[in-house]
Amino acid sequence: METFYEVIRRQGISRRSFVKFCSLTAAAMGLSPAYAKKIEEAMETKPRIPVLWLHGLECTCCSESFIRSGHPLAKDVILSMISLDYDDTIMAAAGHQAEAIVEETIEKYDGKFILACEGNPGLEQQNTGGMSCIIAGKPYTEQLRHAAKHAQAIISWGSCASWGCVQAAAPNPTGATPIHKVPDLGNAPIIKVPGCPPIAEVMTAVITYMLTFERLPPLDRLGRPKMFYSQRIHDKCYRRPHFDAGQFVEAWDDEGARKGYCLYKLGCKGPTTYNACSTIRWNGGLSFPIQAGHPCIGCSEDGFWDKGGFYDRLSGIHQFGIEENADQVGMVAAGVVGGAVAVHAGVSALKRSKDSSDE
Amino acid sequence: MSSEQIQQRTEPAVYVYEVPVRLWHWVNALAIVVLCISGYFIGSPLPSVPGEAIDNYLMGYIRFAHFAAAYIFVIGFIGRLYWAIIGNRQAREIFLPPLHRLGYWGGVWHEIKWYLFLAKEPRKYTGHNPLAVLAMHFIFVWGAIFMMITGLALYGEGSGYDSWQYQWFSSWVIPLFGQSQDVHTFHHLGMWLIIVFVMIHIYVAIREDIMSRQSLVSSMISGWRTFRDHRKVDDGR
Repeated sequence: METFYEVIRRQGISRRSFVKFCSLTAAAMGLSPAYAKKIEEAMETKPRIPVLWLHGLECTCCSESFIRSGHPLAKDVILSMISLDYDDTIMAAAGHQAEAIVEETIEKYDGKFILACEGNPGLEQQNTGGMSCIIAGKPYTEQLRHAAKHAQAIISWGSCASWGCVQAAAPNPTGATPIHKVPDLGNAPIIKVPGCPPIAEVMTAVITYMLTFERLPPLDRLGRPKMFYSQRIHDKCYRRPHFDAGQFVEAWDDEGARKGYCLYKLGCKGPTTYNACSTIRWNGGLSFPIQAGHPCIGCSEDGFWDKGGFYDRLSGIHQFGIEENADQVGMVAAGVVGGAVAVHAGVSALKRSKDSSDE
Repeated sequence: MSSEQIQQRTEPAVYVYEVPVRLWHWVNALAIVVLCISGYFIGSPLPSVPGEAIDNYLMGYIRFAHFAAAYIFVIGFIGRLYWAIIGNRQAREIFLPPLHRLGYWGGVWHEIKWYLFLAKEPRKYTGHNPLAVLAMHFIFVWGAIFMMITGLALYGEGSGYDSWQYQWFSSWVIPLFGQSQDVHTFHHLGMWLIIVFVMIHIYVAIREDIMSRQSLVSSMISGWRTFRDHRKVDDGR
């Protein structure tokens, strides 16, 4: 089998660009410069990892992000890696020919290929009286289970595969279920790469890490690669000095917005969101939502779609029927208790004056 | 003759709250006030300050006040736990309510009737009354533990992956709640629970000081519990 390096050289990419990609990837993964050489070596000598890229209930924003990987070379490396195997949205083959590739990969690389899942299966679609997400005449769930049992590892691309995302929002009529919660999936380890979509460089780096070191990247307790998900947007945000100073955008068109103040009051979820946007940024390091003047919506966090308004600082609490936040609930509770205390004090005073007049 | 007159006016008294308990009570009360005010302004910050970012540090100071008061609260609580072990019987009451004793529940019921104006007078206790023990144990002690654990988990997010706060708290608390924002929400609700507790606590302490047969507010200052009459202290037994 060809190596990455052979493929990219065949595609006319210079060695210089290739070395650049290796250095950038090493830096992005927080490795020392010496590892750039190691990545280079792996790319030159190791056969490419076969990848099956399956699509369930999703919007394809992960693929869109992936093919925009900042460094031009990354795109070529990844595309050449995947188009050989299976990715139904960007592969050349179609129909039976395409489906045959899945079987072929499973047969040829049993236990060796990586299963990349974009989107998740709807496990309760029959309850809604119909089926969707049918691939080659079979529900996606079946294709997923079949491939998962033969995979070396599963990558849950994006918030759909990792957490459920918008299609799993309450009341979740189709039973959209994140990959790690799908029953009967075999024993392949699952790496979550959440985000809606995840950052392109994060996606390529995860695959590069697996190729270079022939193991999974170190994962945190939630199954996310530590090197990209161990800090919050807030920790490395370039607007953080305005947060510490107490300078906030109060309204979309105010002076603070023009001056680039902190978006905390407009509901920025940077302080509660683990992702690398504020360091790696998007579109080749050009920008990221906060830099463009929009608060972070926390798209890489579990349940971000069900936490009340994107532009509210405090989460909505649905258990109280109507949309309330912690302060509203607390103030009502304090008000009720305060009223009760006042009434009780009044009755106590009356009783006491009555008792003393009785004596 | 004058000394006899003084003796007749003397109320029976017993020393209940030792120095560490009183000190903890008031330091803790102050810490809670600082925590609630600073915590509220972390969730809903003050209006923006003008000028350059480098000349201002308002949010930083508010957060510092919150974290400093939080550490005082945590260390005070640990010290209080230690004193519950080596201190007198009253120092243990709020940590180990005798829930298994039937007589205790009888005391709780009598105290509820007293608050519903159904009992003519409350019983006499050297320490806390049974209802107070119940509220302090389940609302304050467990509420405080909840706030300390969630608070340290949120603090660990900022101090980073290798910090003990992250390793001991954030690493399991945040997945337990789902995500960081949920921990924030519950920590915020916890503040309101403590505020409601404080409101009732202060009201009841003042009311009982006036209406019951024993001193309340001054006891937490001097340590001495004085009684209005010479009848037996039943302590629920």
